[in-house]
Amino acid sequence: MSEQLTGAQALLRSLELEGVEVAFGVPGGAVLPLYDPLLDSSIRHVLARHEQGAGHMASGYAHASGKVGVTIATSGPGATNLVTPLADAYADSIPVVAITGQVASSSIGYDAFQEAHTWGITAPCTKHNYLVTDVNDIPDVVREAFHLAATGRQGPVLVDIPKDVLAATMTWTGGGTVNLPGYKPRSEGHHKQISAAVKLLLESERPVFYAGGGLVRAEASQEALAFAKAANLPVVTTLMARGVIPDSYEKHLGMPGMHGTYAATMSLQKADLLVTIGARFDDRVTGKVSAFAPYAKVIHVDIDPAEIGKVRNAEVPIVGHARAVLSQLIAELAKQLDGEPAPKNQPWIDTVLGWRHDNPLVYDQRPDGPILQQYFIDELSRQMGDTAIVCAGVGQHQMWTSQFWRFERPNAWVNSGGLGTMGYAVPAAVGAQAAMPDTTVWAIDGDGCFQMTSQELITAAIEGFPVKIAIMNNGALGMVKQWQNLFYDGRLSGVDLSGGLPDFVMLAEAMGCVGMRVDNPADVPAIIEKAMSVTDKPVVIEVVCDPEEMVFPMVPAGGSNDDVVLNKDGLK
Amino acid sequence: MNHLISVLVENKPGVLARVATMFARRGFNIHSLTVGPTAEEGMSRMTVVADTPEVEQITKQLYKLVHTVKVTEFEPGQAVVRELMLVKINADPKRRSEVLNAASVFDASAVDIGSSSLTFQVTGTPEMLADFLEMMRPYGVSALVKSGRIALAKNSKTKAAAGP
Ligand SMILES: Cc1ncc(C[n+]2csc(CCOP(=O)(O)OP(=O)(O)O)c2C)c(N)n1
Ligand SMILES: [Mg+2]
Repeated sequence: MSEQLTGAQALLRSLELEGVEVAFGVPGGAVLPLYDPLLDSSIRHVLARHEQGAGHMASGYAHASGKVGVTIATSGPGATNLVTPLADAYADSIPVVAITGQVASSSIGYDAFQEAHTWGITAPCTKHNYLVTDVNDIPDVVREAFHLAATGRQGPVLVDIPKDVLAATMTWTGGGTVNLPGYKPRSEGHHKQISAAVKLLLESERPVFYAGGGLVRAEASQEALAFAKAANLPVVTTLMARGVIPDSYEKHLGMPGMHGTYAATMSLQKADLLVTIGARFDDRVTGKVSAFAPYAKVIHVDIDPAEIGKVRNAEVPIVGHARAVLSQLIAELAKQLDGEPAPKNQPWIDTVLGWRHDNPLVYDQRPDGPILQQYFIDELSRQMGDTAIVCAGVGQHQMWTSQFWRFERPNAWVNSGGLGTMGYAVPAAVGAQAAMPDTTVWAIDGDGCFQMTSQELITAAIEGFPVKIAIMNNGALGMVKQWQNLFYDGRLSGVDLSGGLPDFVMLAEAMGCVGMRVDNPADVPAIIEKAMSVTDKPVVIEVVCDPEEMVFPMVPAGGSNDDVVLNKDGLK
Repeated sequence: MNHLISVLVENKPGVLARVATMFARRGFNIHSLTVGPTAEEGMSRMTVVADTPEVEQITKQLYKLVHTVKVTEFEPGQAVVRELMLVKINADPKRRSEVLNAASVFDASAVDIGSSSLTFQVTGTPEMLADFLEMMRPYGVSALVKSGRIALAKNSKTKAAAGP
C-alpha cells in the first residue's frame, strides 16, 4: 500500500487515521500546501475569525467530547495568536493538537516574512512540541502528538511544519508509530499505596474527597461517585471538576476556595484527611497555603508525579490514572471493610451537612430591582435541567455560574480555570457545539469577555452552530472592580464599560445572530424560553444586570481560608 | 545547597533548550550544566548542578519532559565527579619556575606560556580545583574557564530518582 503523497496529504491522512472529524483554523501563506488537499479530505474545516478563537474552539470541542481538539494556523502571527489558547489548554490539561505552518526550511533563521520562532515560543506552554524537518517524519510525529495530547496528563501539543516540508513528497507506508522511550504514564497505582490509603481512610474521622478536574479528563466520574458512596465521603468539586460528581449527591458540599461555598471551604479546613484526586492544590483553592487544611493528612492521587508534593506534602502519594486508581481503591475498601458497613463518619457528616444547611448560597432578587446575575443563571439552569452544556468567560459571571448552575454530569461545564482567559466562552461554545450538535450549548459571558472574542459568532452563524450566549452586562470589568472596591478603597481604575456601547443586540444581529435584551427580572423566564425557541441561528441575550453586586463567599487573596467572608456585612 | 543531577535524554533537537527553559520557568537555579553523547546511540547525558534547597520537584519536572529517559541524583560519594578548568596565572619570567613547581603538585599541565602569564589545564574534583585556585591566588588569577561538572555513578551504588 505504498503511495506517493505530499507532506500535507500525509498530514491529513494521519489526522484522519486519528479520527479527526473537524479542525478549527485560519489559513495563510505557510499552510497553503495544506489547505489545498484539505478540500479533498473528510475533515471538516471550520474557518475561525481569529486564531485565538480557533484554539479555544479546539479546547471547547475537547472539553465537551473528551476527544482531542485540532486547530490549524499559519506561521508568524497565526502561530503567535495561538499562544493564549495553548497556554490555556496547558493550564487546564485539555487535549489539543495545533498544526502550524512555518516558513520554508531554507528561510528559517533569516527573519523571513512571517517567520516566528514558534517552537521556542510554544515550548513552555505545551506539553510537547515538534518542528518537523523531514517529510518522512510526519506520520510518526502526528501519531506521537495525539498520543501525548490524549494520554498521561493530557495537554496541548504543537506541530510546526515548514512550507517546503508540507510540499515535499514522501512514500506513504501506513500510519505512524510512537517511539518515546522516556514517556510511560502510569495506569494503576502501587498496591502498597492503595492499601495504605484505605487504611488511613478507615482511621480518619473527618475525611473529605477533594475532587479535581483530573477526574473529568480521566473519565472517572462513575468510579468517583461509587467511591464517595462506598466510603461515605463528603465531596467538594473544584472549578474544573464541577459535574464530575453530581451536585445532587447528598454529601456534595459544592466548590471550595476563594469563591467556594462555606461548607466546602470549611470542610477542608477542619478535615483530618483529604482524599485528593486529580486536583493540584491551586492557590484559588488553598488560600494561604500555610493555613490550609491544618489538621489534614493527605492522600494525593495524580497521573502527574510532579503535582504530588508540589504545594502540599502527601502522606500517601499515589501516581496513577484516576479511573484505574479509583477502581483499586473501591476494591481495597471492600476488602478492608470485610463486610462491615461503610466508615462511621456520621458525626462529621452531620457537621458538614449542617454547615451546608446553615450557609446556603443566596441572593436577593428584588422584583423591582435590576436583574441579579445569580438569578438569571439560577433560572437558566432550572429550565435546562441537566440537558445543556454551559460555558463561561472569566470574572464574576463565571464564579456565579459555578455557584448557581446545577451540575449533574461531567463534560457539560466548559471554562477556563487555570489561566483564567477572558474571551474563552464564545469560541469554546462554538467548539462544544461542533462536538455535540444535538445538545443545547449556552455560554454565560461577561460584557468584558464578550468583547474579546465576539467575532466568533460570525463563525457560528455561518458554519451553523446555534450556540446561545447570555451576556451578563454589568457595565464593568466586574471582578476587577470588585477587588478595587474591596482592597483599593473603591478607587475604580480602568474597569468602566458602561456608556452603552456596543449595542449588543445590534452587534449580535450584525453577526447573523438573533439579538435580544432583558432588563426586568420578571421577563427572565420568558426570554430564556424565547431563546430556546430559536434553533437555526445563534442567539445572544443581553442581560442588563446590577452593576454593584459582588461575589460571595470570598476569601481575600492571600488570606487564610478560615477567614472566609460570607457577605458584604462580613467585610467590616 | 548544590545538588548533582544526571539526566539521560534522547538526543533530539532542542532538548537542551527544553531543559534550560524548564529550569528558568520553575525558578530553579543552574550552577553548571554539561551535555554530551553517551555510550548509547541516540542518547545524551546532561550533568546539572542545581542550587536549590529541594531537589524532588526538579527531578519530577525533568521526568515530565517527554525526551527525558532517566534522572539520577547523586548524593556525595555516590559518583565519580570531575571538572576541567583552564586558568591563566600571572607569572613573569622570574616567578615562572616557582609557579610551575606549585602547579605540579596538582598534576596541572601548563598548556600555554606568555610573556607574563602561564595557562594551566587542571582536571579533578571540584574541591581540588578550588584548592588549586586558592594556592594560585597570591600570584594572581587573570582568567579562568570551567567545563562544568561531569559525573558517573560508582559501581551501581545509586538509585534512579523515583520516576513516573
Ligand atoms: C485576557 C485577560 N485579560 C485580563 C484579565 C483580568 N480580568 C479578570 S476578570 C476581569 C473582568 C472580566 O469582566 P467581564 O467579562 O465583564 O466579567 P464580570 O467580572 O463583569 O462578570 C478581568 C479584566 C483576564 N482574566 N484575562
Ligand atoms: Mg462585566
